[in-house]
Order: sequence, then structure tokens, then C-alpha cells
Amino acid sequence: MAAAIEIIEVVKRFGATTALESLTLSIADNEFFTLLGPSGCGKTTVLRMIAGFEPVSAGEIRLFGQNIAALPPDRRPVNTVFQHYALFPHMSVIDNVAFGLKMKGVDLAARRARAGKMLEMVHLSAFAERLPAQLSGGQQQRVALARALAPEPRVLLLDEPLSALDLKLRQAMRIELKQLQQDTGITFIFVTHDQEEALTMSDRIAVMSAGRLQQVGTARDIYETPLNRFVADFIGETNLLPVDVEAISQDASRVRLPGGGALTVPGTATPGRHTLSIRPERLVPDPAGPLKARLERVVYLGTDLHLMTRLQDGSGLVVRMQNSARSALPAAGEVLSIAIEEGAARLLAD
Amino acid sequence: MAGAPGAGGGPKDAGWGPLALPLMLPTWAVIGIFLALPVLLMAVYSFLTREFRGGVEWQFSLAAYDQFFVTRGLFGDEPPSLEWTYILIFWRSLWQAALATGLCLLIGFPTAWFIATRSPRSRTVWLFLVTIPYWVNLLIRTVSLKFLIRDNGPLNEFLMGIGLTSGPLPLVNTNLAVQLGLFYSYLPFMVLPIYAAVERYNFALSEAAADLYAGRWRILWEITLPVVRPGIVAGCLLVFIPSLGAFLAPDLLGGAKNFMIGSLIDEQFKGSQGNWPFGAAVSVILMTLVMLALLIYARAQGRGRA
Repeated sequence: MAAAIEIIEVVKRFGATTALESLTLSIADNEFFTLLGPSGCGKTTVLRMIAGFEPVSAGEIRLFGQNIAALPPDRRPVNTVFQHYALFPHMSVIDNVAFGLKMKGVDLAARRARAGKMLEMVHLSAFAERLPAQLSGGQQQRVALARALAPEPRVLLLDEPLSALDLKLRQAMRIELKQLQQDTGITFIFVTHDQEEALTMSDRIAVMSAGRLQQVGTARDIYETPLNRFVADFIGETNLLPVDVEAISQDASRVRLPGGGALTVPGTATPGRHTLSIRPERLVPDPAGPLKARLERVVYLGTDLHLMTRLQDGSGLVVRMQNSARSALPAAGEVLSIAIEEGAARLLAD
Repeated sequence: MAGAPGAGGGPKDAGWGPLALPLMLPTWAVIGIFLALPVLLMAVYSFLTREFRGGVEWQFSLAAYDQFFVTRGLFGDEPPSLEWTYILIFWRSLWQAALATGLCLLIGFPTAWFIATRSPRSRTVWLFLVTIPYWVNLLIRTVSLKFLIRDNGPLNEFLMGIGLTSGPLPLVNTNLAVQLGLFYSYLPFMVLPIYAAVERYNFALSEAAADLYAGRWRILWEITLPVVRPGIVAGCLLVFIPSLGAFLAPDLLGGAKNFMIGSLIDEQFKGSQGNWPFGAAVSVILMTLVMLALLIYARAQGRGRA
């Protein structure tokens, strides 16, 4: 699999502040790759450096093997879908979509035909002659997408393109985007702070925080085997329990849980204080369970219930249960025994 | 002054109910007393008979328009033919105003761009600097300009001092001096509206264009200029219209040979040489021309949008 984009030890500094600390990433051709992180983590900076809007302070960016550091944005075969679309307000929808082709010197008839096809793809053929201001947010978003795809870029960069849409539209667009990426075979690099968006669409996700890469992997990788506290906490919901590592074998560690129980978990660590991550849905009330917790509150979520409990040492523990008529609800104040599903506990690196 | 194109459409009166009409009254009164009435008066005066020593006689006459367009020779005994004197003055005014507008745009656009792309704090300082000349009366400033460029003024002394010219350049009483005066007087009127437009300009549009393979100049031509065009148009109107009717700069810097419309009108209302109906007629013709130009522009604009 050829690498579409290689980011090699790229550093970005703005004056005295370092926005990005030595990032190395390889993004495969035809991949739907997501940069995920809270605002200010450097993900948009990475995108802007690939597009050419920001020069790199150090390191190299390669596009299909070619170093593109010296190329200005208009010479890079990548196109961008901007966060607020940045549609040209004085041009009709079809002129917006045809703009990239016009700049590339494609003649009028050919570029109109191609732009028309693009509009068809995003179901906006009927709006070709309108001005962007006459479209709804969702329609503008599609125009932005069609405009960026029209020149047939090898890599499409998407900067939080769904963040301005309402929830229903956002969910529908996720599926459409993924479908579009599979149909066109173009490499998508998608920036978002929305973990649900990242999990549903991406082939691989790079989780970033504070200018550093935290973890790269498939949605399943980063959800089920988070490397550190940040990833475990940022992706989905999790319980972070302080534990003491007591004994280490070849590929597993024996940890002492708060409240006294012991558990063997995969992975090794130095003896001493560590953090254990357990997803709420992988905890079950079970009389034989090693955790003892007092139930404080039951939060009703429709399909699920959250049992908000507290362990003897004072740390909180959330247990997620399916809402089922068959199971009797425990009462607040009751002390529950809670079991951890096989392989659900994850020892974090920090 | 003529209103800006497309200025109509009152404020939304929703929510004010029965109060809307009385609240609008002051506005209508001001427009009526200070705009409609004077224009009407001017139009009426242009069709009256001239009273010597200034003023009018209330008797209908086309003499003013006849004087503008028709000549019958020095002694009034030749067959009527087209009078060129005033048309030439109009022509000179037109190209002087157009040139001043062009020059202001050439200098004003980069200036506005520069200011609008500074940090918000230094923007305030630059804007302040642009408006400083307005603290001094235009008459004083125009006289000062005349002082600067006169034969033994600082400019000529400097040019001769560095040996660029051997004698003083005759600048005063030339079209060039008038042009300089117009340019200097109205430059801020070009800078401010363009500044306002550029400041609102979304630079993500330039990035998007660059991303779609547009080079620097094509971004300027295809995206930036069209988007900030309302500011450019406003600036051009604000320079062109007052330049066309300007009278201080041509009067003080141009002298008798470089007469412009403003001076011509001014003269008609001064002393016993004055001719009120003729002055009014010249004003009506000027206003009609300006309105026509605006109408044509608005038409062209409307077509582009549809």
C-alpha cells in the first residue's frame, strides 16, 4: 500500500509557542484518515501544513513520495473542504464548483460538464445557478465538497466540515461522506473534535492532544486498547481507577483494585501506582465481582441505564446496563458487587 | 448631493405599530426641507428670468438653457449654433474627476488593504492618521497646497536645490495642480469605504482560491476584487461626484484658464456679474448627468446579479 501522505518529524512553531511537536505519520492511499483531538491540539495546523497555508518549521511532508514543503498551495494536488465552506459569494454554485478546473485551464464546456456531474453527485443539480447565500447550511456544505472534489485531487482535506450542521444532518452526512470516499477512492484526511464522527467514518484515527500525537489506530484499537489516560478519557466514556501493580509476569500484570480485590490484566508495567481504564458497558453487577461499590444514583438514558456508584476509597465508578424489563433495578444506597468482563480492563501507560 | 444608488427601503417598522408613522416624520421632514425642496427650487429657478444685480424675476424663460447650449456669435446676430464653451468646461470637469477617482483608487486601494490587514490595534492608529487632515478646513489645506507648489515654494526650491530642475516648475494654475488638489482632498473618501470592505473580507476565500490552483494575481482578480467591489464602488462615487462639482481646488489651484463646473456655478451667484437662472441651469444639467451615470451603473449591476 503506497503512502499518500508522509509526515516526517514535522514541527510547527508560532513565535515562541510550539503548536506541534515532532509529528510522524503515514497515511495510506485510499484511506479515510481522521485527526481527532480537542481544539488547540494542533490537528488543524497539520491540515493547513499539508494544504500549504502554513510552512513547516522543521521536518518534511511528502505527497506520494515527493517532498512538497517548497510548493505553494496552488501547486499542490490536494484540495480542502473548509470549516465554514469559504464559498465564493459572488459566483453561482456551478461557477464555484468549476473554479478549480478554470484555474487549471480546463475549457469552459469541459469544466461546466464536470461541475454539473459533481453537483449531480451531491444532489444539487437544481441549484446550479443559485448564489451560495441562497442555500441552506447543508447545501453549502455539499457545494464545498463538490468544489473540492471537482479537480480530482489525490488527497482531500476536510477541516471539521460537519461542525456547523445540526445533528440529524450531521449524521446523514457522515454516511454520505464515507460512501463518497469509498466511491471515489480518494484519500480523505478528516479533522474533527467529535469522537463519534471519527469512530463512525474512519479507517484509522490519530488522536492528538497539546501538539502531540497520542495514538494511531483503527476505531476499535483506540476505543478498546487506549494507550494512555488521555485517549481512554477522550474517546467514549471510561472509568479510570487507581491501582497498584503488584506482580508482573511475561505479558500480564497483577493489580490490586481499590477496595482490596485483585485482578490480572494484559500488559506489563513497573510496580507501583497506575491507572486502569474500564468502559462502563463492560462492568456488570455480579455477586461474585471483585469490586464493591455503593449505588448513589441511577441515570435513565432510554436504551441504557447508568449506575453511578462509589467505591470504598471514594472514587466514582459508572456501570452501564441495558434497559431491560427483566432485570430488577437496584435501589440507591445498596452496596453492589461488580464484575469486570474478561479482557475489559486496560492498564494505561500513564 | 445625489443619493446613493439603491438606497431606498425604509427601516423595518415591525413592532412599532401606530408609532411608526410619527417616528418617521423627522426623517421625512429633514429629507423634504434639506434635499427635495432645494433641488426643486433649483430646478424652478433655472426656468426663470435673470434679474441683474442677482436674483430672479418670476417669469418663465428658457434663456439659461439657451445660453448653455446655443451661441449666436459675439454680437448675437449670427445663426444659432452649438455653444462649446460650457460643454468644454463640463468635459474638463469630467476627465479631471475621472482622473482623480482613478488616482485615488490606485493609491487608496493598497493603502486601505495595508490598514485592514494590520493588527486591530494598529488599524485604529492608521485610520486616525488618515483622518487627521480633516481636522483642518479644506480651504486652508488647499491654500497651503498652493503655497507648497508655487514658483518659489518649498517643492520648487527642493527640486532646484537637488539640481533636478534649473528653474521653477510652473505648477500653479495648471490642470496638474487642480488634479493634485482633487486627489489630495478626496483620497480619504476612497480609503475609508475600501478599508471597511477589506476589513470584512473573509481571507479564507483567498485560501480557498489558492487551494483551487489560483495564483496570487488571479486570487486578487477573480475573488478579492469582486467581493470587495461594493467598497470600491462606494469609494469611487464618493470621490467622483464631489470632484465633478469641486470648486475650491480648481478655483485656487487652477486659475481662470482651468475652469471647472464648480467655479462656473459659483460665479453665477456672486455679485452683479451673477446670473442665478444660468447657475441653476448648470446645476440641473450636472445633477442630471450624475443621476444618469448612477442609473446606468445600477442597471449594469442589477443585470450582473440576476
